[in-house]
Formats: sequence, structure tokens, C-alpha cells
Amino acid sequence: MTITSEIIKPIDDVSKGRLQTAYGWFRTYPVLPVAIIVILLIAVAFAELITSHDPERANTLDDNEIAPFWDSKGSTEYILGTDHLGRDVLARIIYGTRISLLVGVSVLVVGGVVGTSIGIISGYFGGNVDEVLMRLVDMTLAVPFILVALVVAIILGNSLTIIVILLVMFFWTAFARQIRAETLQLKTMDYVAFSRISGASDIRIMYKHILPGVFSTLIVISTLTIGTVILVESILSFLGVGVPGPTPTWGAMIADGRNYLTTGWWIAFFPGIALLLTVLAFNFLGDWLRDTFDPKLRQLVR
Amino acid sequence: MAKYIGRRLLYSVAVLFVTSIIVFGLSRAAGDPRHIFLTEYSTQADWDAWGKQYGLDKPFIIQYIIWMGNAARGDFGTSLRDHVNARLVIQERIPATLQLTVGSFIMAIVVGLPLGVMSAVKRGTLWDYIGRTWALLGQALPPYWLGVMLVLLFAVVLDWLPSGRKGDWTHYVLPAVTLGWGAASGMLRLTRSAMLEVLDSEYVKLARAKGVGMNGIIWKHALKNAIIAPLTYSGLLLGGLLTGTVITETVFSWPGLGRLAVTAVFNNDFPVLTGVVLLVTVIYLTVNLMTDVLYAVIDPRIRLT
Repeated sequence: MTITSEIIKPIDDVSKGRLQTAYGWFRTYPVLPVAIIVILLIAVAFAELITSHDPERANTLDDNEIAPFWDSKGSTEYILGTDHLGRDVLARIIYGTRISLLVGVSVLVVGGVVGTSIGIISGYFGGNVDEVLMRLVDMTLAVPFILVALVVAIILGNSLTIIVILLVMFFWTAFARQIRAETLQLKTMDYVAFSRISGASDIRIMYKHILPGVFSTLIVISTLTIGTVILVESILSFLGVGVPGPTPTWGAMIADGRNYLTTGWWIAFFPGIALLLTVLAFNFLGDWLRDTFDPKLRQLVR
Repeated sequence: MAKYIGRRLLYSVAVLFVTSIIVFGLSRAAGDPRHIFLTEYSTQADWDAWGKQYGLDKPFIIQYIIWMGNAARGDFGTSLRDHVNARLVIQERIPATLQLTVGSFIMAIVVGLPLGVMSAVKRGTLWDYIGRTWALLGQALPPYWLGVMLVLLFAVVLDWLPSGRKGDWTHYVLPAVTLGWGAASGMLRLTRSAMLEVLDSEYVKLARAKGVGMNGIIWKHALKNAIIAPLTYSGLLLGGLLTGTVITETVFSWPGLGRLAVTAVFNNDFPVLTGVVLLVTVIYLTVNLMTDVLYAVIDPRIRLT
């Protein structure tokens, strides 16, 4: 699953050339993934400064399906070309980052809070509470998610809020399982027993002693999961039940471009590359964080 | 064993119950179905008659029981688009989805299993490199984008294969690869890690020390013990592939259940959509249940937990 597991620690050797040192860095730290994520964050924050094109409207009426700039029919005005309505593909990708990361981060924050709370409660109290909550996890995982999402879309319509709620209802399980396993170990620790002897309440123990202990796991799971969240959001957009247009989303861009493959391959191609790089970057970073800060999680995650 | 199966069965029924409540609750939240079926020329008497006939004047829970009773008999109502029983619409789409699912399932096993074994045995070589790259991309590649790109390459640029719809065997290649890609990578990952674990075990070392040939060790000693996880995973895979058809069939205009569900969303064809969702949920749960039981039969340790 990981390539980063093969990491070799570079030996600090003065005789090494600068190039070799750079290569060592490259193998030790997730340089590329972090670079990609930084670029994404810049795109989210400064989309208006990076591109002057409107992602939702064409500049003129006859600029549709212009090829990327290296093509003889392309122009440097539109670096990655324009789509069937004449909108700049690059601008739409840049603005599309906002939806992807907004959905990804909000699902993780809400899902993380819900999942972690349930995981800690489940692991700490054990017994029937644990049984009920873990069966709830099993049941959530057994629901065919995309089909339920279609039903929700037909009834409640599609909006950013509904998408986030839907994804939270599914992704909290990722946190609950791991955090529970972690809590089971932590609660046998001596400091937890001492705290209980000195009269701390259950809530205080969970909040003050268990929660800080599972924090690194929380970060690792978040990073490993965000790629999948972004991917699933794009699937919903592709199926037409994601965030509604004309707001640019990567999934909807690929869905549009699918109909223009013979005349404008770039419309569907580039959003997919953006999506692929984003998911890969988060997965690599997550793997690295796990191997570095939370090696015992390796056994828990399949 | 009976207790284990009983408990698993109970979960499956519970999930079905929850899913159907969600679907039904949402359908009623959308409004009284009479608004769809009755026109503005209908009288109050018509309204009441409909209510009586379909039990719409009864409390929510009774309505749910009536609806579930009908659904269990395969009656999901009349398709709002085709004006025939939704069951008929759904029925004619089942074979296409099954063919696609089986095709990609075969691909996942034929590619994933051997490549997983090779990747583990020839660790650090080109085989391993190919295997791990595939495993990595399988997780990160958006399945629908992969489908679109395969169409672009093999149908538009090279013109080797048709881009969609059903037809002779060539029409199956791209959809099956698209659907099976992720599944193959999951299979590969599991086989690889299981094989690595087994190859490191004492009995493989013993077999090696006794002078058993490498092929004998790999296929007889190691794979037999490593196969349990991939085998049970293949059960889960079947369920996952079934829901994955929603995406693949949309990309390839494949006349199956998944495409039917998506078009039903856009036509507001609620009876058809609920029918597909319930049907797929039942198949999905049945496959998962069978996997769990199979797992317990093969590996007795599971029954104890």
C-alpha cells in the first residue's frame, strides 16, 4: 500500500554532493505531496488573483472549445483551453479546488468530531454501549451509499449543505472504529486509573486523558480519509447530484467534457489530473504521517 | 455457528429496515403522492378514494407497512415516465448489470490475484513495481474519469473499441475494465500483503529447508494459506461492484440498473428509483451475508469473536 514505507534515512555526510542531499530529503520527507497541497491551498485562497477569467461565464460568445496553448489552434490567453461554453478550463479547475477542499475539510471536521466522540464513548464504556455503537458502524458501512445519495438528491435537491451532511453520515465510521481501538488501549493505562482514583468523572477522563492520546491518530485518519472524501464528492458531482452548477466542480467538469471527447479532449482530461494529483498527495502525506507518528496504526489499517 | 449466522442475518434485516425507512421517509417527505397522480381536474371524492385505496389516510407506520408489503411482492408502483409497472422497467435492466458485474469480477480476480502473488514473491523487482503502482492508482484514480479516458484513448484516438452501449463482446471490454480496475487493485493489495506474511512464516522456511522447489512453495504452501483474505474479499467485492455500476453505466450509457437509477433521478421517477435501491440493497446484503458465513466456514477463528 505504501511506497514511503521503504524510506531510507539519509546519512549526514559532508562528502555528499548537494544533489544527493536533495535526493535524500526527497525520500525522507513527503516533499512533492506537501508542494501539491500548498499549491491547492494557494488556489483556494487566491483564485481571483491567479486567474482573471470568470469560471462561470465565457469572455466572448465565440471562444468555445479552444485548444490548450501548445496546440497550433490554441492561444496563451487560455492556457488549458476552453470548454464547450467558452469558459477557461484552468480557471474552472482553480475555482473547483474551493468546492473540493471545502467539502473535504468540512466533512472531516464534522465527521471527525462525531466519529471521535462515538469512538471514545464506545471504547471507554464498553459493554452494551460499545455493542450498540459498533453495530451502528457496521450498519452504516452496509448501506449502499451512492444509491441512497441519489434518493436524497431527488427529494431534497442538491446543495453544498446536503452533500456535506450525506458524506458526514458515512465517513464518521472511519474515525469511530480506529479511535475506539485506540481508546481500548489507553483506558488500561495507569494514569487513567490514577485519575479515576483521585475522583475524576468519566467525562473528565475522556476529555483530559483519552482525547489527547488519540489526537495523533485523529490527524493521521483525517489525512488518509480526505482524499477519499474528495473523490466521492466528485463522483456525486459527476452523476449530477453534487453541488449544482454553474459553480465549477471537478466532477461536473469531467461529466461535461465526456460529451466533447472527439472535439475537445482537454475539457475532461485536466480536471481528472487535478483530482488524481490531489488524492495522491493526501494519500502519500497520510501514509507518511502514519509511518512517522503512529506506527502502531499500521496494524489497524488494512 | 448457527448463533453466528443468526446474528449476521439479524444485522442484514436491520440494515434493510433502516434503508427502507430512509427511502420511504424521504418519499413521503417529498409530499403526498396524490399530488403527482391526480390532476387539477380531480375532485375531492377522487382524492379521498385514492387515499383509501393506497392507505394514504392511515398513519405513517401503517403506510410504511403497506408500502413494504407491496415492495416485497415486487410492486413499487407505476413508473412515472414509462407508465408501466416499475417492476417491468427494472426487470429488463437486470441482465445487463449482471453481465457487467461478472465481467469485471473476473477481471479483478484474473489480474489482481496473480499480480499480487508475483508482487510479493518477486519483491523489489519490476513485477512488484507494477503491482504497487496499480494498487496505488486503484485507490486514487476517479473511476468515472478512468472510464472517460479509456474511451478517449481506445475509442476516439485509436478507434479499436466501441465507446459504449451493449453489443458484441468488444462492447464489454472498456466498461468491465473501468469497473474492475479498483477491485483488481484491492485484490492485489490484499493478496500481496497476505503472501508476504505467509512467505515469512516458519512452515515456508521449513519447506524451503527441506528442499521443496520455489514453485511448489509458492502455489502449494504459501498461496493456500494466503488465499483466505482475498477469497472473502471477493465476496465483498461483488457487492461493491454492484453499486459501482451506477458510475460505470453512466459513463458508457450501459442499459443496466445503475443507469436506470441515475436517469430516474432526473425524470423524478420515484417508483423506479426506490425499486432499484431496494433491489440492489437486498442483493448487496445477501452477498455480504454469504461472505460472512463463508468466512466463518473457512476460518473457524472468526466464529469465536
